[in-house]
Amino acid sequence: MTSLAAKPSISLSRIAIYAVLIGAVLIYLVPLVVMLLTSFKSPEDIGTGNLLSWPTEVTAIGWVKAWATVKGYFLNSILITVPAVLISTAIGALNGYVLSMWRFRGSQMFFGLLLFGCFLPFQTVLLPASFTLGKMGLASTTTGLVFIHVVYGLAFTTLFFRNYYVSIPDALVKAARLDGAGFFTIFRRIILPMSTPIIMVCLIWQFTQIWNDFLFGVVFSSGDSQPITVALNNLVNTSTGVKEYNVDMAAAMIAGLPTLLVYVVAGKYFVRGLTAGAVKG
Amino acid sequence: MATLELRNVNKTYGAGLPDTLKNIELSIKDGEFLILVGPSGCGKSTLMNCIAGLENITGGAIMIGDQDVSGMSPKDRDIAMVFQSYALYPTMSVRENIEFGLKIRKMSQADIDAEVARVAKLLQIEHLLNRKPGQLSGGQQQRVAMGRALARRPKIYLFDEPLSNLDAKLRVEMRTEMKLMHQRLKTTTVYVTHDQIEAMTLGDKVAVMKDGIIQQFGTPKEIYNDPANQFVASFIGSPPMNFIPLRLQRKDGRLVALLDSGQARCELPMSMSDAGLEDREVILGLRPEQIMLASGDSAGMPTIRAEVQVTEPTGPDTLVFVTLNESKVCCRLAPDVAPAVGETLTLQFDPAKVLLFDAKTGERLGALGKSKPEQGMGNVTRLNRN
Repeated sequence: MTSLAAKPSISLSRIAIYAVLIGAVLIYLVPLVVMLLTSFKSPEDIGTGNLLSWPTEVTAIGWVKAWATVKGYFLNSILITVPAVLISTAIGALNGYVLSMWRFRGSQMFFGLLLFGCFLPFQTVLLPASFTLGKMGLASTTTGLVFIHVVYGLAFTTLFFRNYYVSIPDALVKAARLDGAGFFTIFRRIILPMSTPIIMVCLIWQFTQIWNDFLFGVVFSSGDSQPITVALNNLVNTSTGVKEYNVDMAAAMIAGLPTLLVYVVAGKYFVRGLTAGAVKG
Repeated sequence: MATLELRNVNKTYGAGLPDTLKNIELSIKDGEFLILVGPSGCGKSTLMNCIAGLENITGGAIMIGDQDVSGMSPKDRDIAMVFQSYALYPTMSVRENIEFGLKIRKMSQADIDAEVARVAKLLQIEHLLNRKPGQLSGGQQQRVAMGRALARRPKIYLFDEPLSNLDAKLRVEMRTEMKLMHQRLKTTTVYVTHDQIEAMTLGDKVAVMKDGIIQQFGTPKEIYNDPANQFVASFIGSPPMNFIPLRLQRKDGRLVALLDSGQARCELPMSMSDAGLEDREVILGLRPEQIMLASGDSAGMPTIRAEVQVTEPTGPDTLVFVTLNESKVCCRLAPDVAPAVGETLTLQFDPAKVLLFDAKTGERLGALGKSKPEQGMGNVTRLNRN
């Protein structure tokens, strides 16, 4: 018998495993590499070399040009995403708290209906939502998009928080009630401090969803209020003049950076939150 | 400090559903220790939640002192509760856990500090005050949970199976400690448990519950010696009471129970002589500790020879199993006199100790309050240890 601390032997199967893994990594990385390489090439360079060739002259001109074009829309996206993420997470937390710890007659039914929101295709709500936004005077504004994203996000954020809070023992709330704490005091002092992992999951999820959203953006905004995803589409689909692939690639990278950043910063919470089991009391 | 009185308390979770609590009548004096005991699902925890105000009652009244608290919210009832899971706030330190209720009640920081210090000293948790509950052992968590309850000096303490998450040794230690604490503080206490030993050892009064109904309410001694029905008799006492179904007969004008061990027979004369009992299906109740080995100085008591089938030495006692009237009967004997398997022994019964239950309803037959506990128990012990 080998001891538990035996060195991993280099066997055929292990080589095979690593080969498959490295292959998968390459397949996933190639598009990113192509984008990065292209974004730092000059337009002439793009015309001569192949996709994976190193730039003959590294230039940031694509990035500068891309940023000048999309920065207004980048700001729009931030103005839409940040409030929408925060508001939908906050309301979702409160909803989850009520649905798990202050059950009322019909609360299970209410939760069940709310879940429909998770399965409803975006396209089906376009017309009624557009009508509603028009009546509210929010058509083609970033505020209108925030509103739509909050409403649409609530189903998911409520689901996240409700399922997390269900695993917290009821006795905690009972103990706090006997200690004299009310509805909001219990939420703020007891429940919220325990919620870090699920708040992180919710923030990442909502941020990714809302930042990457194209459909609502293209339908409910126009001109100066468009988010970056729509602007990127407009930039890439432009049919006048020479195609500037370096600018396209740089703009796409700019559009993708914030979500990447969020994953890098809060990614460990994401995995931890998704796999979190019962909370020990 | 207060009396607690439950007046005809009812609880149901909806029309058409069976009652969870049915006509609960209880009252305990200031400073008394009340035990609610029963199997799981008997309604004891629901009753405690109702007293705490965490659940509403659907009928009757709950009085604390002279005040009807039935409609009050939990925080206005001035009670504190210790939960089975301890329910310590996981993100707060031990100190913050104890302070939480005091802060919400807007006590001054100086008073809070003094109170935390008092409680910490009382429970010997001073060195734990800055730790988080997750860093404590089960026993330490239990102390902190008690500390949180003690800190507010409430009128009534409620304990919901506080010892059931501890290991056996610690449970016994904490049981003694709780009793000491109660003797010192003399605060009215309600304690829910499914453990009949905790019920017997801790309580001034015990309420045995089943199916939302109080089966019997009395002192531990009354419950043990004078069980109201077969359920109470079987629930209280370990090892449980032996039950032998049989038919009473009349001989020479007296009611007798005929016991048959397969080797011998004996007639057990009944102390009661109701004519209605004759030729009726009854259940004979005999506690294992009340079956004695026959010896010279208690002549006149009925005896029977029986073969030992199984022995279970527990250390202080040896449980010996024989068969009487086709029922397995457990006898609790001193280890030095206990016979081996296959041997025949002569057992002796005190007819005054024998209880009778109705075979159909399980109700106790004959008058309550007849047995004389101390004298009888002493007698048994002495005989068994000869």
